[in-house]
Parts: sequence; C-alpha cells; structure tokens
Amino acid sequence: MDADLKMSVKQLNFFYDKFKALENISLDFYAGHVTALIGPSGCGKSTFLRCLNRMNDLIPKSRVEGKILLDNEDIYDCAVNVATLRSRIGMVFQKPNPFPKTIFENVAYGLRVNGIKDKTLIADRVTESLNQAALWDEVKDRIYDSALELSGGQQQRLCIARALAIKPEVILMDEPASALDPIATQKIEELIHQLKKMFTIIIVTHNMQQAARVSDITAFFYMGKLIETDKTDTLFTRPKLKQTEDYITGRFG
Amino acid sequence: MAINRQFKERWMRRFFFVIASTSIFILLLIMIFLFAEGLPIFKKVSLTDFIFGKYWYPTSEPPEFGIFPLIAASISVTVLSAVISIPLGVMTAIYLAEIAAFKVREIVKPMVELLAAIPSVVIGFFGMVIVSPFLQDMFDVATGLNLFNAALMLGFMSVPTICSISEDAVSSVPRAMKEASFALGATHFETIFKVVLPASLSGITTSIILGMSRAIGETMVVLMVAGGAAMIPLSIFDPVRPMPASIAAEMAEAPFRGDHYYALFATGVVLFCFTLMFNIIADHIAYKYKQTGDSTL
Repeated sequence: MDADLKMSVKQLNFFYDKFKALENISLDFYAGHVTALIGPSGCGKSTFLRCLNRMNDLIPKSRVEGKILLDNEDIYDCAVNVATLRSRIGMVFQKPNPFPKTIFENVAYGLRVNGIKDKTLIADRVTESLNQAALWDEVKDRIYDSALELSGGQQQRLCIARALAIKPEVILMDEPASALDPIATQKIEELIHQLKKMFTIIIVTHNMQQAARVSDITAFFYMGKLIETDKTDTLFTRPKLKQTEDYITGRFG
Repeated sequence: MAINRQFKERWMRRFFFVIASTSIFILLLIMIFLFAEGLPIFKKVSLTDFIFGKYWYPTSEPPEFGIFPLIAASISVTVLSAVISIPLGVMTAIYLAEIAAFKVREIVKPMVELLAAIPSVVIGFFGMVIVSPFLQDMFDVATGLNLFNAALMLGFMSVPTICSISEDAVSSVPRAMKEASFALGATHFETIFKVVLPASLSGITTSIILGMSRAIGETMVVLMVAGGAAMIPLSIFDPVRPMPASIAAEMAEAPFRGDHYYALFATGVVLFCFTLMFNIIADHIAYKYKQTGDSTL
C-alpha cells in the first residue's frame, strides 16, 4: 500500500483477567484511509478499538501484551502520558454521550482540558469543528442551549465535533451510527468521507453495507482473532477465506 | 368466583387507603396541635418581638419572650456544622465512588452508613466527656460545652447522610460520560471536577440540605453539648441554646397552657418552618436539576 503508515499493531494479546479476548493481532492503519473492523458480536472488535487509545486501562484486571505503535512509538510504553495520547487519538462512542452542558461547552471541553485558555481561539475552534461535523447550520443560533435538547443524530455529530476540536491525528469510531435512524446514519457516513482527508479513521461496525460504503480497508474479526484483512473492494468481492465469505454473505454470524 | 375476587380487590383497596390515610391524618393532627398551642403567645407578644426579640427570660417577672438568641444559636450551629460536614461528606463520597478500589468501597460505605445508627445521646455523651475537656484545654476557653463542640458533633452526625446520598449521586453518573471525558485527553481529576461533579450536583445538594435539616432539628446532642446559654453568640466558643434544646429543657417546667408553654410551642412552629423550608428547597433542587443518568434522587 502506497500510503503513510500511521498506526501499527504488532502481536497484540488482550486479557480480561484470565479470559483471552484478543489473540495475536497484527494490523496496520494508514493515514488518509478509513479502516473498518467487522465481525459478529463478541468477536473482540470493540475491545481491539479500545486498546488503540488505551481506554481499556480503566478496566480492572485487564492486561495487554504486544505493541501498538503510533508514528513508530509504542503507546503502551511507560513514558507515555495517557491523557496526551488520548488527545492525539479521538474517539466517538456507540451511543451519543454529550456532557450535560451547552453545545458550546461540549466542544470547548476538550480544548480547555488540553490547556487552551485563549477565548477567541476556543470560539474559533468550536465554530470550525461544528462546521466540520456538518452541524453548524443547525445549531448556530443556539450554541448556548443544552446539548441534551438535540436529536440523537445531532448529538452524535456534536460528539464528532467534540472529538475534532482538539485536532486528533486518528479517530476511533465504535459503531457510531448504530443508535441512529437511516437519515442520521447517512449524514454520519457522508461526514466520514469528508473527514478521511484529514484524519486516520478506524471504525467498528455491525453493518456490512456500511463497511463497504465508507471504508478503504476492512478487517474481519472472529472469536478474538483477526481472520482476514484486505482492501474493502477485494474483501467483499473475492475473500480469500471461506470463513470470511460465509460471514459477509450472511451464512453465519 | 369472579364477583368474589372483585369484591376482595375492592376491600383490599379500601384497607390500604385507610392505613395510608391514618398515618397522614396523625401527622396532620400533630401539625394542627403545634399551631393551636403555639399561636396564643402572639396575644402577648407581637410576631416581630417574638422572632427578633433579643432576650429570652421566660421565667422572670415580667417575662421576656424573644427567641432571636435561640434562632441565632440554631443557625450558627447548623452553618458551622455544615462547614465541617460538607467537605468531609462530599469528599468521602467522591473517594468512595471514584477513587477507592471496589473492595474498599464495599466495606467502607456500609460502615459510614452505620455511623447514622449511633444514637444521638451517645454522640452527645462523647462530646460531653471527651471533646469538651479537650476543647477547654486546647483553646483555653471557659467551657468546652459550646457552639463549636455542638457543631462538631452535629457535623459528624450529618456526614453519613451527606456521604451516602452523594455517593449514590456520584456513582450514578453514566460511565459513558466519564469515558467521553477521558477520550478527550482529560485526566481523572479533570474528569471528576469538570464532568462528574457538575452532573451529580443536584444529588449532592439534596444530600447537603437533608444533612443540614437533620442538624437543625437534632435535640439531644445540642441539649448535652451546646452549653445552654440563651444569648447571641459572639465567638464560636460561646455557649449557645438552639431552639430544640430550649424546648426540650424547658417544657417540663413550663406551666401547662401558660405563656411560657405557648412560647415554647411557638418556638416549635418556627423550627418546623425552618425544616420545612429545607425540605422544600431540597425537593425543588432535586426536581429542577434532574440528575443525569438513571439515578432517582
């Protein structure tokens, strides 16, 4: 692949206490590309995604083996500041989870915790991110209203704007459209197309059509293992393995 | 058969209605009695003189029924106890909900709640026998039975209420919201102070007001350790006589249906208004600033 390598996972194992949730996974992510992680429920794709910004650190008794490199530096190295790391790797969650604050404060939050105090800079970034997330036109007259008054789809785009505001390098999306209706889903997908020019995007999805529509590369997970990864077109039309073919054609899942 | 079941159903409903009405009716009776026995004092003293009068000499000749020193004592004791109990209670709650390991929390939280089960007379006794001499030596004051001692004891008594309800509020903040904060590069403490606390503020405020309303109505402790002097306190080491202590101490010696008796009941009415106000505020806050997440505070 003739693109810049952004993240590289090498022989990753992950344990919840004694249960091995991920086994020997190696996978590369390229700048300017969308990588989709697909697979049946419980296959470890969300767990894998949450390893990439060390979100699993919060789970007691969990353990990681192997390496995850971001620009060739191991993110699990003990010298790494987790908060700084997470400001480089943004995340959008399955259900919209805005803070019970105003729309403005939701987007400004990440800037403030990352030490930005300049008020004009914050205001500019908020406008810019809301624009990038295609939400500005809908909320420009009420950015000081509570974010909880927005619809589900708008809340999810607000969460994307919030992630964009701190200018991360990589954006992780954990089934970002699974709680949304088809129209809101379409908006999110269009957004992903726009955003991949600037960010490295990794998206977990249950929806195979969605994976086919938005991604450049698809990785198929099953039972904690990475079964097959390829360019999305290739994987969906000429999968190498029978298991992959069975899953994408809906014969098991 | 069907008629029989319907019949039973109807009588069960009536039975529960009667039981529920009885308890509410009795409370209502108590309230009516309180007002009926309290209001006659205002034939002798005007409401303003009663509430703002600076002298409480109910047994001298002529008697003076100004309860301002008692109100001042109640308020100062409650405020000072809040200054002690709010930081203790809320910070313990944050520690238990956010920082402590699961096992520690499972052991410590029931223990804190158990503190609420200590009879107030025991706390009063502790204040009298242990804290009072200590204060006397430490600060070189005339008596260890004073405002500060009472506030300290009441503060300890409010901590379980504040801590337990606050802990419920803090730990019911959805995990997803905390994760959103972490994912934006916030540290644990930034997340606690900027996301978790604001989201659980209504529960915490409710807990504080309930704790304070417990402190202002508490009788035994202030009777034992507040010192009992009916004067407006000028320092935190002055002895005071909060309203409940005054009622409890004097009721036995006040002649039945005499002015003193009526004045004590009127003091009870004032106290009732204070606690009522606290509860209305707590209710209002709990209603207006609904807790985020699935808490039902």
